[in-house]
Order: sequence, then structure tokens, then C-alpha cells
Amino acid sequence: MASEPEFRKRLEELRPYLVRFASLQLRDAAAAEDAVQEALLAALAGEAGFAGRANLRTWLTGILKHKIVDTIRRQAKEPALPEDPDQALEEFDGLFAKGDDHWSERPAAWGDPDGALQQAQFYRALEKCLGRLPERTARVFLMREHMGLETGEICKELEITPTHCWVLLYRARMVLRECLQQTWFGK
Amino acid sequence: MMGIISCKETTRLVSQGLDRELAFGERVALRVHLVICLGCRRAGRQMAFLRKAVRELAEIDVTTPV
Repeated sequence: MASEPEFRKRLEELRPYLVRFASLQLRDAAAAEDAVQEALLAALAGEAGFAGRANLRTWLTGILKHKIVDTIRRQAKEPALPEDPDQALEEFDGLFAKGDDHWSERPAAWGDPDGALQQAQFYRALEKCLGRLPERTARVFLMREHMGLETGEICKELEITPTHCWVLLYRARMVLRECLQQTWFGK
Repeated sequence: MMGIISCKETTRLVSQGLDRELAFGERVALRVHLVICLGCRRAGRQMAFLRKAVRELAEIDVTTPV
């Protein structure tokens, strides 16, 4: 096993990645820094737990995910977030014709979406679209797609029903694909 | 079993398919609809792409100049 200063140095090198990972979910720089700090301290205390594992970053990200969920749980106990305003979320209802619920306007093809993944600009557009999602919707969507948590776990942590969870995820996806259509793929 | 479903219902099921195992009847209804509906096929691909894109998001070096 590496010496402790060496281990500490390797952890520090990963800090920028971890801060970014936490910031995407928490959308709050200070809370993200705190979660990363807690994760790094836990990692130092539990160095033995890393012994023999292949990937330090994966191990550390796993610890960080727990700290992020702790943060979300704490936040959930603070004065409740207002319900997300419905008009922002129902926006996508306009996509479907009243009455028969078929597309009012058929979604356009996205030429080469995988090509977009090679462009830094695309990620800025994506982040902007994520930033437009209402707070609760964004939180659930990011717990699912960014942190890769199962819906069961998300429901438990946020004390919501699976049905509610699926509705929020559906809305998030529909709003995001519409936003990317307008700000990226439709340009 | 579900009968003929709308585009709204289809996209809802496609989305849920990313989060849970769909029931047999749901899968059948979905498949029947997708075969005939280009809009829903596109929306489905786009939702799957979103998942891929968001997973990449953390990997992006934010200090990279545009």
C-alpha cells in the first residue's frame, strides 16, 4: 500500500473532479465543497478499504455519493421546497394535441447526437437546460441519471412514491429533450 | 393488456422503461405503437441519449476554454 502522504496527494488530485461531480447534483458550490471534504476525510480514515481495489476515483465517487445523499436528506428536513410550479412542467403538454394525445408536432431527428458528445459547447447547452428545470424535478432527475441511483432509493430518500418519482423523471426528460431541440439540435 | 396507446402514453412508458421493468402488456403496447410512430421512436432515442449525455457531464473538464 502507498504511504499516507502519497495517498493524500492522490486524493487531492481528484478533488476538482469530485467537486464537479457534487456540484452537478447539489447545484450549490458551498454544499458541494462540504460533501467533497467529508468524502475525502472518510476516504483518509478508511484507506484500508481501498487496498486492492483497482480504481481510486470509482471508490472515492462511491463514498461521495453517500455524502451527497446525506446532504440531500439534510436539506429535505429544512423548510420544505415549494412544489415546483406546474406551468413550467406542463409546458410539454403543448407537445401533444388536445383530445387524442398524439404529437402536435413530430419530434425532429437529431442528426448525429454522439458527435455532440465530443463538443464542449454541447455540455454547456445541456447544463443550461438542466439549470432551467425546477428544483425538485432536477434533483430527482440528477439522482437518477447523474448519480445512477435506482428509483427505489430515490423515493426512499426523498420520501416520495415511485409513481411521483416516475412522473418527475418523465417530465424532466421531455422538458430536456425539448430544450436541447431548441438550443442545440434544432440550430 | 393495454389497447392502442397515444403518443403521450407511449413516451411516458418509454421513460418508465428507463427506470423500471415494464410489464408484458406494457411492452407489447409500446412495441406496437413504436412500429408505426416515427415521432415516438425519435423521442425514445433522444431520452436514451440524454442518459448517456448526463453521464458524460461529470467527465468534462470545466476549465477547457471554448
